This record gives sequence, structure tokens and C-alpha cells, in this order.
Amino acid sequence: MKYVDEYRNKEIAQKILRQIKGISEKKINLMEVCGTHTVAIFRNGIRKMLPSNINLISGPGCPVCVTPISYVDEIIALSRKEDFIITTFGDMIRVPGSTSTLEKEKTDGADIRIVYSTLDALKIAQDNSSKEVVFMGVGFETTSPTIASAVLKAQKDEINNFSVLSVAKIMPPAMKALLEGKEVNIDGFICPGHVSAIIGSEPYTFIATQYKVPCVICGFEPLDILQGIYMLVKQIEDGRAEVEIQYERAVKPEGNKIALDKINEVFKMVDSDWRGIGNIPLSGLEAKDKYGKFNARKFEVEIEETREPKGCRCGEVLRGVIIPSECPLFRKACSPENPQGACMVSTEGTCAAYYKYN
Amino acid sequence: MKEDRILLSHGSGGKLSFNLIKKLFLSNFNNPYLKRLDDGAVLNIEGLKLAYTTDSYTVDPLFFKGGNIGELAVYGTVNDLAMCGATPLYLSCSFIIEEGFSLNLLEKIVSSMRAASAIAKVDIVTGDTKVVNKGAADKIFINTSGVGIVKEGVNISGSNAKVGDVVMINGPIGSHGIAVLSEREGLKFETEIKSDTAPLSSLVADMLEVSKDIHVLRDPTRGGLSTSLNEIALSSKVDIEINESDIPIQEEVRAACEILGYDPLYLANEGKLVAFIPSEIAPNMLKKMKKNKYGKESKIIGRVVKKSEGKVYLNTTIGGKRIVDMLTGEQLPRIC
Repeated sequence: MKYVDEYRNKEIAQKILRQIKGISEKKINLMEVCGTHTVAIFRNGIRKMLPSNINLISGPGCPVCVTPISYVDEIIALSRKEDFIITTFGDMIRVPGSTSTLEKEKTDGADIRIVYSTLDALKIAQDNSSKEVVFMGVGFETTSPTIASAVLKAQKDEINNFSVLSVAKIMPPAMKALLEGKEVNIDGFICPGHVSAIIGSEPYTFIATQYKVPCVICGFEPLDILQGIYMLVKQIEDGRAEVEIQYERAVKPEGNKIALDKINEVFKMVDSDWRGIGNIPLSGLEAKDKYGKFNARKFEVEIEETREPKGCRCGEVLRGVIIPSECPLFRKACSPENPQGACMVSTEGTCAAYYKYN
Repeated sequence: MKEDRILLSHGSGGKLSFNLIKKLFLSNFNNPYLKRLDDGAVLNIEGLKLAYTTDSYTVDPLFFKGGNIGELAVYGTVNDLAMCGATPLYLSCSFIIEEGFSLNLLEKIVSSMRAASAIAKVDIVTGDTKVVNKGAADKIFINTSGVGIVKEGVNISGSNAKVGDVVMINGPIGSHGIAVLSEREGLKFETEIKSDTAPLSSLVADMLEVSKDIHVLRDPTRGGLSTSLNEIALSSKVDIEINESDIPIQEEVRAACEILGYDPLYLANEGKLVAFIPSEIAPNMLKKMKKNKYGKESKIIGRVVKKSEGKVYLNTTIGGKRIVDMLTGEQLPRIC
């Protein structure tokens, strides 16, 4: 396929691998903080191709996985209200809350619809004016501009039965929390390509300057990832810590101004709970007061008491402290058919990727 | 959370379906024919080998690019018989129709079933009609069963894959899955993707002319190529290796998968078969398959590497290697 096959060339892959082997024999831990990277690494078999001194750790890069159970309970509570339609991206519907999932609520009769775009959710709101249509605002900086656009369009077109239950998150504060936590020794970050296409490279600068950890913003094709790994290893060997962009064809240092403006117009930064990491200051987005009528938290719901699945170590997996096979539930009580934690549900979850591809 | 209800995923052809079949149906209906979990049963009746199969068709939308529910109901059952190595002969057909369903649409469906059965050279010889209250069924469901004759010396089963066999496919994968999805969800792509719905009995007949020593035939419908290969690996207790760069996929299907985050290995096909055959007959087989209308783009995509518990591996385009698992649940479009 044009523009894709060029990035999947076997000979070039072998050449980059030789270069990586040639420049370092140090034990190096690199963390990817994007679920799409995690899956691309597994789908292409990259982990096993790398020299054994280079260890890839999966971080909290899957938006489904870092969403706290209490949020799933909150949306389930909304779905049980009369005349409510819940709209969501597909991968949230199987995520377990404390006692149920949206998939099960759907089986029980709740009106839950999978959409491919926030604008589809708006259309559903327009077509069902007697019902409240709530969109599950889950995602990172890549998704937030589209949610913001939907809110702005709802405002303009006076679609007042549309609202967003936001747990939208911002990536760099989570990377900071991982470095502060000091549980894992991270020598370099493979920074997310899609997120960075929106926010640019500047928001990572503090990681390089304050924490002296190299960052490379990477694309998602196998050669992108291999080249990004090479660039990180090179920085480490050179004793440099900088933010570099490998994914130049999509990421500009200043990011995407139009998208950023939309986020800033609609959302304010708030403290946010990350599953497995805890509350991280100013790491979440919630609608500003002037867009309050589009904030689904205006509805009163009773949310059940949060119950974590017993023995689930998703939190440690998300922080990169353990790999999935170290969790006692992995491949036993926890499998993609019967997931205990979110990391097993989402296709981009670390546990699901280990289960499926390893 | 323990499952106490049927979820959509139980019907997706992946792991949950597989477990349901094994734990509930097989354990209750237990007999040697069913135990083989092939696409149909091959029964020995007074010296005659009769292949017998059934399938129900529920598809939304009823009409899609490249086919419709009626055509599927004929070809799907014909293909299940062909996958037993049988020459399909007769079908039964029963309709469950929702009250209020358009008679005009029903006529269209039935007339395309007539055309499809003429192409597949089968007769629909018995049937049944039920009409249910509005809401008790989604528009129309069709069940077809079929019988066919298996020639002497033909012994095809998912449990017959042998070390050294090559794995072949008769063309590009995934177009049915994307065609139905894009029609249902109103997704527009620059080029129209058509379902590959097709009868495979003439292709199988051609293949059996080359050699009766075909070990496995399977049509990778729901759950896609990866699920079929996993089923075969488990039944035959062998490891299978396939090569990513050899698997034929239409450009448009690949592009759609890239956009939606789908893996084409899990997409449904309705006119594809995978064949496991001894490597020495592969060149002749390939030549013959390519001469058939439904096998023009046939390819060797892998081989059976060793006896084992039954795993499927993919050699990736860039030189890596990974496991290919069965589909778990329905494929869901991703967030970001």
C-alpha cells in the first residue's frame, strides 16, 4: 500500500537493527506510552527482533486502561436512567465496572450505541430530541479536539440534549508521575505519535531537561519504531537528553494549533484519577463552566461503591512495574473473554497484547 | 464477573463461540461426527458417504455490496458441504420473517436464492416458513441445510493437517467483513469494497481432480482466517506458520483496516477457502486453482511446521515472528 509499505521494508529493518546492535551493549529500558505503539510492537514481532540488552516496557498508553473503575460505574449508572442513550467508542463497552459492563447493560436493555466519531453521537442526539445523549469522553489529546468540536457544534446548533462525561486525559503529567514514582528505571521514552501531532514536542521538554531522560516522538509503522529506538539508544550513548521527532511527516514542534485552540476553548485542566497511578494533578480535561450544559456531570446519579477485582495487578502493569505474566490472574482468571481488569479488555491494553501476541 | 447470559460475542465465531460449542453443545450432543467440529458431518450410510450441514443467516444489512442474505444462505451452506469435499446436491430452506416485512424485498431475496442455487448446481427441495410478531425477529432470518455426496477416497477434516503440508488460500481476505461493516455503519471509502460472496464447490471439484489427497479444507467465514487456522491447529495438534507478506489482501481492505484499527486476519470472508495439502502436489494444485473463476488469486501462505498443542505463528513482513490467536469477542473500533 502506498505510503505504508515503504515503512515495512525487511531489508531496511535489518539494517536499523544492525545499527542499534552496533552502538550499544548497555542494558537499556525504553518505555512506550501509547497503546498503538504497544500493539504495533507486538503485531510486527519487534520485541523479539531487538538485541537482548534493549528492553521495551509498556506504560499507561491505553486510554481505556487508565480509565478508573468508578468512571465506568458512573456511565453505567447513567445508562440505567430512563430516556438516556449512551454513545461510546467501541473498545469501552466491555470494560468491567465494579459489578457490570456496558455490554451487559446493553443485553439488559440499556440503549448503548457504538460510534466512530463524536459527530455521530451528535447526530444521534439530533435524531432523538426527546432523549438525553451522553458521549463517553475517554481518550488522550488525540481524541479531545474532536470532543471539543462536538461540544462547539452542539452549542452552535443548539443541540441541548447532548453532553459529555469526560475523563479525557493529558499524557505528559502521567510521564512525570512515573518518573517521580521511581519504581521503574526508564532510560528513554518512545513518545506517542498521534498525541504529539496535536500537542507538538514542547510539552515533553521538561522530561529531557529536568529528568535527563531522552524522548523521541515516533510514528507507528515498524520502521518508524525501529528508527525511534535507534535515535533513543544513540542519545543515551552520546550522553544527551533531548526531545527529538522521528515522526516528522506528522508531528510539528508546535503541534496542531487549530486542535489546541479547540481544546483550550472548551476544556479546563483538572486533577484526574488514573487507574493504577492514582490522582495526577492537572492531568485531565473537563468542560469549562460556560459549556456546563454539555457536561454530563450535571445529571444526578447514584454510583455504586467501587470494587476492584481481587488480585488484579493492572495498576502495576500500567506503571511498567510488572509484565502481565507476573500477575497471578493472567491467562487464568483473566483472559480477553473474561477480563478482570481493563488492560485485558482493550485491544491496545498491555495484558491483551501479551495474551494475544506473545 | 462470571457470564450467566449469552452475549453477542458468543456468536462471533471466536473463542467464546468455540467454548460454548465445546462446553454446552458438544458435551450434550456428544457423538463422533459432531466431535470433529468440522463444517459439516460426513455420514456413512450403507456404503454411501453423505455430507450434511446446516447454517442460519442473520445479516444486517440484508443487501450489501457484492451480495445479499439470500445468496449468502445458498452459498454458505454449499461451501460448508464443499469444505467436506462433497458435491453439494440438495438444500432445505426455512424462513423466519418479522411481521410487516416487505414482500418486495422477500421476492428479491428468493429470486437471488434461485439464481444462486442454479450457479451452485443445487436444488432447494424442502422448506418452512414462520412469521413472528413485530420485534420478535430482526426483519428476516434464513436457515438452510444441505446434503452432498463425498467421493470414495476423499477424507477431508480439520483434524487431518500433517507436518509438511502447505497452506493455500484462493484469494484476498477480508472484503466481506469490510463490505458489510461499511454498509451497516455508513462508512464511505474512496473505492467501493465488494463482498467476496461466492460458491466454492466448483473450485473444490477442480482441486479434487488434481488429487484426492487434500487433508483439510475450511472456509474462513466469521472469525476470519486466523480463527480457522487456530481451529485446524487445535484439531490436528500441529503448529502452523504463515507469512504476512504472502497473505493476499486488497489494497482497499488493507486501507480500511488501517483506518479502523482492524486486523484483516479476523475479518469474515464468504468466498474463501484454506486448503492444507502435501507439498509435492502444491504446484499442480495451484495451477489448477488459478484456472477456476474463484481461485484466480490463489496463493501459498504458509505451512505446517511441527506436531504440538496447536499454535499459529505469523512471520511478519519486517522479519519478526508472533502468535496469531483466535478472535476474542467482536472486533471493536478503537479509541485513538
